[in-house]
Amino acid sequence: MKARVTVTLKSGILDPQGKAIEGALRSLGLAGVSSVRQGKVFDIEIEGDDRAQAEELLKQAADKLLANTVIENYRVDLLG
Amino acid sequence: MKAAVLVFPGINRERDMARTLRLISGHEPAMVWHTDTDLPSGIDLVVIPGGFSYGDYLRCGAIAARSPIMDAVRGYAAHGGLVLAVCNGFQIACEAGLLPGVLMRNERLKFICRDIFLKVERSDTAFTRGYNAGQVIRVPTAHGEGNYIADADTIARLEGEGRVIFRYVAPDGARDAAFNVNGSTNAIAGIINDRGNVLGMMPHPENHVEAAIGPTDGRGLFAGLVEALDRAA
Repeated sequence: MKARVTVTLKSGILDPQGKAIEGALRSLGLAGVSSVRQGKVFDIEIEGDDRAQAEELLKQAADKLLANTVIENYRVDLLG
Repeated sequence: MKAAVLVFPGINRERDMARTLRLISGHEPAMVWHTDTDLPSGIDLVVIPGGFSYGDYLRCGAIAARSPIMDAVRGYAAHGGLVLAVCNGFQIACEAGLLPGVLMRNERLKFICRDIFLKVERSDTAFTRGYNAGQVIRVPTAHGEGNYIADADTIARLEGEGRVIFRYVAPDGARDAAFNVNGSTNAIAGIINDRGNVLGMMPHPENHVEAAIGPTDGRGLFAGLVEALDRAA
């Protein structure tokens, strides 16, 4: 089963990299971008097809390693 | 003072640290590989040195913080053992839950590699008894992610409990945003845990201990530790 864990910075946490990217987009002349926040995407293959078990496993993976929950939120998506 | 210096893949300041420990304590530190599950017996100090463990993959210090030796370090710290965590070591200690907060990308995005000035906020800790409270010391720093952040409650608790040990300041000791090199909250450069036995700091005191190389302001930290341990013995 394929799954995706998306990790994003919590609101209120300063994101200097996102700010730099935002500035670069503006300097490319791409008007209309009001803000950029950088995050991470993990594409993960899970053994078996038990969706509840897979979701639980991925939550553990995110809590224990993939995200630092002091500054980051995460979302788990099972892609089927 | 017998110290153990942890070694992770990608760490590169462990030999500077070992040299300083040997020079000031007179004892050769034990180098402990990250896959070990136990610390050497009879040690007085664990040092988590600087470098780029696991190439800073995922988040600085995140992977090293989950290595087998860190369970032993958490146990050692929980029993009151002294832990000094410098630079990448500070990042590892935060990721390992030994200290609160996170070290984010420097506010101005640049890797900073130069001497900076620190105000020593307290002299009544095992790590800072070699200094006077309020003293300004000059030490090198070398990091891209040293911007200390924690939630407002944690910052208030750290400040209220006097757990901010080092702050980035101007050479005369004044708080000045221009000298808060990485944009850390409240110019925080080093903090201690609630029990006072785990210190994390971004700058490198171990690199300013020999007059032949330059300033020796880093000596106080190590000499103070040796003295604190001699008194306890």
